[in-house]
Amino acid sequence: MSELFDILLSASFWAAAIRIASPLIFAAMGELICERAGVLNLGIEGIMVVGAFAGWMAVYSGMGLWPGVAVALASGMAFGLLHATLTVPFGLSQHVVGLGITLLATSATYYAYRIALPQVNTPPKIDAFDPYAIPGLSDLPLVGEALFTQTPLTYAAFVTAALVAFVLFRTPLGLAIRACGENPAAVAAQGLPVTGLRMGAVIVGSGLMAVGGAFLTMSAFDSFFFEMVNGRGWICIALVVFGAWRPGKTLLGAVLFAAFDALQIRLQQTELGAVLPYQAFLAAPYILSILALVVMSRRAQVPAALMVPFRKGER
Amino acid sequence: MTEGFGETVLRLADITVRFGPVTANEGVSLELRRGEVVALLGENGAGKTTLMNVLFGLYAADEGSVELFGQSLPPGNPRAALEAGVGMVHQHFTLAENLTVLDNIALGTRSLWSPVSGTRALRARVRALAEEYGLRVDPDATVANLTVGQRQRVEILKALVRDARILILDEPTAVLTPQESLDLFATLRRAVANGLSILFISHKLHEVEAVSDRVVVLRHGRVVAEAATAQTSRAEMARLMVGADIAAPAPRPARPGPVRVALRDVTTPARGTATGLRGVSMELRAGQVTGLVGVSGNGQTALAGLIAGLERPERGTLEIDGKTPAVWTPRTAVRAGIGRIPEDRHGEGTVGDFDLTENAMMELYSRWPFSRAGWIDRTSARAWAQKIIKRYDVRCPGPEAPIRLLSGGNMQKLILGRVMETAPDVILANQPVRGLDIGALTYVHEQLLAARDRGAAILLISEDLDEVIALSDVIHVLSEGRLSPGFERGTMTPTELGAWMTGAGFEDAA
Repeated sequence: MSELFDILLSASFWAAAIRIASPLIFAAMGELICERAGVLNLGIEGIMVVGAFAGWMAVYSGMGLWPGVAVALASGMAFGLLHATLTVPFGLSQHVVGLGITLLATSATYYAYRIALPQVNTPPKIDAFDPYAIPGLSDLPLVGEALFTQTPLTYAAFVTAALVAFVLFRTPLGLAIRACGENPAAVAAQGLPVTGLRMGAVIVGSGLMAVGGAFLTMSAFDSFFFEMVNGRGWICIALVVFGAWRPGKTLLGAVLFAAFDALQIRLQQTELGAVLPYQAFLAAPYILSILALVVMSRRAQVPAALMVPFRKGER
Repeated sequence: MTEGFGETVLRLADITVRFGPVTANEGVSLELRRGEVVALLGENGAGKTTLMNVLFGLYAADEGSVELFGQSLPPGNPRAALEAGVGMVHQHFTLAENLTVLDNIALGTRSLWSPVSGTRALRARVRALAEEYGLRVDPDATVANLTVGQRQRVEILKALVRDARILILDEPTAVLTPQESLDLFATLRRAVANGLSILFISHKLHEVEAVSDRVVVLRHGRVVAEAATAQTSRAEMARLMVGADIAAPAPRPARPGPVRVALRDVTTPARGTATGLRGVSMELRAGQVTGLVGVSGNGQTALAGLIAGLERPERGTLEIDGKTPAVWTPRTAVRAGIGRIPEDRHGEGTVGDFDLTENAMMELYSRWPFSRAGWIDRTSARAWAQKIIKRYDVRCPGPEAPIRLLSGGNMQKLILGRVMETAPDVILANQPVRGLDIGALTYVHEQLLAARDRGAAILLISEDLDEVIALSDVIHVLSEGRLSPGFERGTMTPTELGAWMTGAGFEDAA
């Protein structure tokens, strides 16, 4: 038991949790924007794979790190455009399109990888983002190391979450996006473009998902593996529900999940690890997430028009 | 004809709108002057709503033009109509329920790319307008928690905030209590005094008489008459609207029989936003129509569910023919001889993609002759469906057509036939004529009265006070899950019933 407290009080544990949370924050914010506009984006898992590859490949072929992030963003937006075109103006099933995008994006990445690096067995490494200690703040005890000695991309994740919250809840654009997810007919009745707003939300949201993927290859690690996204996209969909479609709560959920994940790695190395099989530790964050989801999302307000295509003139 | 009013603010000239082979409006011309209230009168399908959608820019007219304040309006562009000062209150509100009143009003008032929402200034303006026009509503309330009347006020505020000079109201009183309607009329009078002009769409003649200066009657998409309200009469308007004299069914006096269904001090739990019943006692007698009025969401769903077998009493008892059933499910309810005309004919009454045959035998499929040794007998089922189609005049391509292709009226006739042909002892008619035109509506009412005279106990649930008053032998009012005493036919005026609908009657009685 005392070991558990030691872990929970160590700065390195929280630093790891924040690091693990970062890609989840980017991708979950992306999903949140899409769903607030009324579009469920199940392409998230595949779009994260694309982002992870595109960002890493861009840097490997000689671009800078930030231009690499921009390339990842653009790659996600391209798949977002495809998703948005099929689900918004064409009004196709968001489930089928989303899963299709995930399959397409994953396979296209595999194909691109083989074309780009035909002879390679071990994927090459890049010079990834280095941690940047924020002057002053990083000297604080505990939180200094946990929060303010991260890579710039982690800081960007938190800034993104704040920005998403501001735009959605404090600007006319955000109001229009939320109204699209609640009652698109009300938006159309004001002469605002429902199709444009929804497509824009999906495209920008998909871009953020891809940046979340890129975090894995450009900040958490320095190389690209196919299994590296490993269900994080699906976790983000659960996180949005957990956060009741609110950016703040969703961010909190991401940190909480990441903390569970960081904790199970460390608990495996304690004497508990000798008693329980390691699979139990790996499953723990997911089981806890499901429990938290059950408790937290009971009173959540689902966007009323989520997954409801809008066709002008229909009731 | 329109002396005493200001300049012409709106001119519709020779509007023709076609949807494929159907002509919704043909050569319609209409003028509206400053400070004037014009009522647009017509049956369902007469083309009123289409015409308003053209004016508001939601549809583009195939022919003709719209002129606002002397400027011609580009077709098919709601933004242009809004900016020219047209505010529309749709019959089905266009509000986002999970957002606040203020958010709903703010939507679209500022450029999308504006960096700030300007809520504070807007809140002050909404409060001032609400005060000026008598539109009481809390700007920070969530719309989902508002009554229908309050939601309508939000819609009107939306138009006023946008500096509307012309208000279009599409069947605004359809969902209001009599008191709320009077409040609305007071608001409209203030608006007119401030120089606004109003187009008021309705088929309720007494309201048209009460608020309008001029009446325009539409029938089959054409203007058939236009007159100053003072120079016409209700009977005249009704005749013009339908194109023939209509006689409302005049019920013979009821001969009440034994109690079929009795509720004794029944309480049911609230489900989501639907109110439960609180200590309700009532009796449904054979040969009698029991009417139930109330603003929607005051426990109608719970009461209908209780009788249909979807809900069980949490406290109190439900008795069918004097006995409390041990098991109470929709299946046992059907077995007990309860025929059901559900509120939502698309959601609960029918399965859209099933054909008429399948929909006709939906409650009977497991019984002989439709089921023989566990196999469905399509031949008997089809014969049954054909009998209903013929006897109840269901206009359809045939018994094999999916029911979603039918109009609301014909769909309702099939449901009605399905219920009536089993000669049920009890009929639960929940909003049986919602959305039907006057022909289909009269037919449904006649059938219900015929069933009553045959000896069925009928519970008629409706939001339309006039309908309930015309048909019911006994009227109860439901408010916040409480049930009023039963009022005999002819003992209550609409205003008195309205007081019970708002809950005031309960306080006075207590």
